[in-house]
Amino acid sequence: MIIFINGNVKQFDNEKMTISALVVTLNLTEKRLAIEKNGEIVPRSQFSEAKLQDGDKLEIVGAVGGG
Amino acid sequence: MSKNKQLNIAGKDYHSRLLVGTGKYKDFAETRAAIDASGAQIITVAIRRTNIGQTAGEPSLLEFLPPEEFTYLPNTAGCYSADDAVRTLRLARELLDGHNLVKLEVLGDPRTLYPNVIETIAAAKVLVKDGFDVMVYTSDDPIIAKQLEDIGCCAVMPLASLIGSGMGILNPWNLQIIIENAKIPVLVDAGVGCAGDAAIAMELGCDGVLMNTAIASASDPIMMAGAMRKAIEAGRESFLAGRMPKKLYSASPSSPTSGLITSG
Repeated sequence: MIIFINGNVKQFDNEKMTISALVVTLNLTEKRLAIEKNGEIVPRSQFSEAKLQDGDKLEIVGAVGGG
Repeated sequence: MSKNKQLNIAGKDYHSRLLVGTGKYKDFAETRAAIDASGAQIITVAIRRTNIGQTAGEPSLLEFLPPEEFTYLPNTAGCYSADDAVRTLRLARELLDGHNLVKLEVLGDPRTLYPNVIETIAAAKVLVKDGFDVMVYTSDDPIIAKQLEDIGCCAVMPLASLIGSGMGILNPWNLQIIIENAKIPVLVDAGVGCAGDAAIAMELGCDGVLMNTAIASASDPIMMAGAMRKAIEAGRESFLAGRMPKKLYSASPSSPTSGLITSG
């Protein structure tokens, strides 16, 4: 399936995937993140149940230095 | 304006009245050292897309500045609409486990980074309703500052001059009116260039100062961070102590007028 992540197209072999599985695939398990799926925030507590569908748009953000 | 010993923001006391940003430093180690030297307890962070190609184990800001040690103030830097600002801060709240204290800034012009107060007011209304404690960056317009207070913002943060300009306080008179009118903390945010500017802001009666570039872009950021800490403290004490009145000249010298040696 195809997922749009932070504005980029990403192709995955999986037909089904949860957000938890995606976070593992992207090597982001150690990072503190917030994720928005199709404009709605997905709470971290729901990552393991949140299923992804072909064409979903994700924003994955973190804290960086800023003033 | 308040004469409280500590800075109170949204019901929490802070002994430091200097708030600092975490951007523009050489590396995280320098960021940390400068923040330690500044004595700041509240630090701003930006919310950005995670670099997906990033290698695991790459250090992150949060490792150098653990959220348990500091009060994080996520900002909306780079947002040009109320919608983007609100969306960014909702993500920040999720990222920081329900943390409600935020810095709202909505810019109006990429060249000058001047705030768009109309979008700022629209975003502030939504955020306050949504339970956020909003520290709001704005122009030095006293009417807008008052409106932001009336909406329910927990602190109003007028600019001294444009973001990153280091031009210092260009309109102390407007700041004075804002401070006089406000029942919530007033912090100068943006434009401070050197320790003297920070001291002047505090002598005007500001409750605190938020800065980033003045420290990060100094030749020696860590030394400047210490200078800023002292300037904020000195400016605050100078304000509380109450300055002597200005007069063109004085007929009252500081040394005794009697007992002078005389010839003849």
